[in-house]
Amino acid sequence: MNATGAQAPATKDPAAFTADEMMTACAARALHDGMTCFVGIGLPSAAANLARATHAPNLVLIYESGTIGAKPGRLPLSIGDGILAETADAVVSVPEIFNYWLQPGRIGVGFLGAAQIDKFGNINTTIVGSGYAEPAVRLPGAGGAPEIAASCREVIVVVRQSRRSFVDRVDFVTSVGFGDGAGARERLGLAGAGPRKVITDLGILEPDPVTCELTMTGLYPGVTVADVRAKTGWELAVSDSLKVLGPPTAAELTALRDLHGRAEEGAAAR
Amino acid sequence: MAEIVSLADAVARAVHDGDSVAMEGFTHLIPFAAGREVIRQRRRDLTLIRMTPDVIYDQLIGAGCASRLIFSWGGNPGVGSLHRFRDAVEHGWPGPLQLEEHSHAGMANRYVAGASGVPFAILRGYSGTGLEGLPGLDGQPAIRSVTCPFTGERLTAVAALNPDVAVIHAQRADRAGNVQLWGITGVQKEAVLSAQRSIATVEEIVDELRPEPGAIVLPSWVVDYVAAAPGGSHPSYALGYSARDNEYYQAWDAISRDRERFRRWLAEEVYGETGSLAGAGAGEGGCGP
Repeated sequence: MNATGAQAPATKDPAAFTADEMMTACAARALHDGMTCFVGIGLPSAAANLARATHAPNLVLIYESGTIGAKPGRLPLSIGDGILAETADAVVSVPEIFNYWLQPGRIGVGFLGAAQIDKFGNINTTIVGSGYAEPAVRLPGAGGAPEIAASCREVIVVVRQSRRSFVDRVDFVTSVGFGDGAGARERLGLAGAGPRKVITDLGILEPDPVTCELTMTGLYPGVTVADVRAKTGWELAVSDSLKVLGPPTAAELTALRDLHGRAEEGAAAR
Repeated sequence: MAEIVSLADAVARAVHDGDSVAMEGFTHLIPFAAGREVIRQRRRDLTLIRMTPDVIYDQLIGAGCASRLIFSWGGNPGVGSLHRFRDAVEHGWPGPLQLEEHSHAGMANRYVAGASGVPFAILRGYSGTGLEGLPGLDGQPAIRSVTCPFTGERLTAVAALNPDVAVIHAQRADRAGNVQLWGITGVQKEAVLSAQRSIATVEEIVDELRPEPGAIVLPSWVVDYVAAAPGGSHPSYALGYSARDNEYYQAWDAISRDRERFRRWLAEEVYGETGSLAGAGAGEGGCGP
């Protein structure tokens, strides 16, 4: 990796990229043209919009604000940014987006972030600490995520990896991945297949086909398994067919920086 | 029929100490001016209800207006934490805040049940989450299950929401008090129809409502008070009238992080205002000093 961290690289080398850019490019590659995608704000939104701007022009972006088929030319500033409504195929109410569109399993992939994630892909965005009533840290809460995680046909999670975010067991299950392991989703009656990929700033984890435990299947250039283990709060399993993933292409970097640049211009113009 | 009154009169007449109050607007059309008027009139012991208690409820919670909050996502959108909300939950400042917590799907369905005049809503939701075991404000489980009488399937049940007051911001009303809103319309229609009383603040009051694509009209006879509040959704936006003031949301992070700085903001920007809409105009930028 040429550079790490969230900030843009200091060097002018156009091929240099940040860990966040690598993560966003990888997440975008997990989306295919023509898919329907329920998008969370932040990293998932950047990746979904990058996919639309590059290899998946017909990706259908759906935001919980009720905008279906949004085609923003810059990154939206929130899930309710006016550009989503102005460019959407349809704008529906919030009850409708959850009841008619998400709940029956119409949407292909749910794209979520996380504050904490555990080895079975369960997500916590509610509290950090041992007790709900007296949390050490109060997080924003569930939003649309529990039902996105339950009802989309599959889920992709984008999250920066650290010992704080990658824990053996989440302090609170806000959204179910694979619960306590294989068979849990079926027992709970969850319609979707659950997390297909967890994409971090170090690489990609995928559920083991038998145990459902998240397993390292891909590393970014220059990242080692030891690096990843140092930032994982459980005994991380590594796939026998571990791959090194290709760096972001020039097209991906240009498109992503354009999306960010136009978002900043849009905000500054106001 | 809706009465057209000033914002101060609407709040004085519709919102009382101890009420349950739902101010809705899903990132768009958030009734910020009405929120500040509730703070200015020093309402206390409110049960605040809102899917996304973002900066508007951070202001009300920090000002000591609320004792209870029913919600599904409490953050500063695109920025981070709500510091006044966190201070209330983590440290009981300025007073304890009792929570009842849901998912968006659960909250949306609770409003639908309230608007529909039925006691609960069903959905496929919450299964396996920690939310399932949490108590409601009455100490009883807020999320329960129900068996379908036709198929025998178990589904999730959540209680109807019927707030004492709903407050929304819309683009327009006519002189008869019919209210028109468009763009992202969130859950405002359901909030108004589920509530005992309602206030709609509007960008402008016009002679005749022009049709707009995808617009909702709330007829005058389901709204109690209409008040003109141009720029009343600032720092959120009103499609066709104003743009989101992203800098305000960023500036709010620093103001709300510190109790003293927040107190100064309250004194200068809310209690010190001479007119009820000073500082509410779109595009002014920033949250004050």
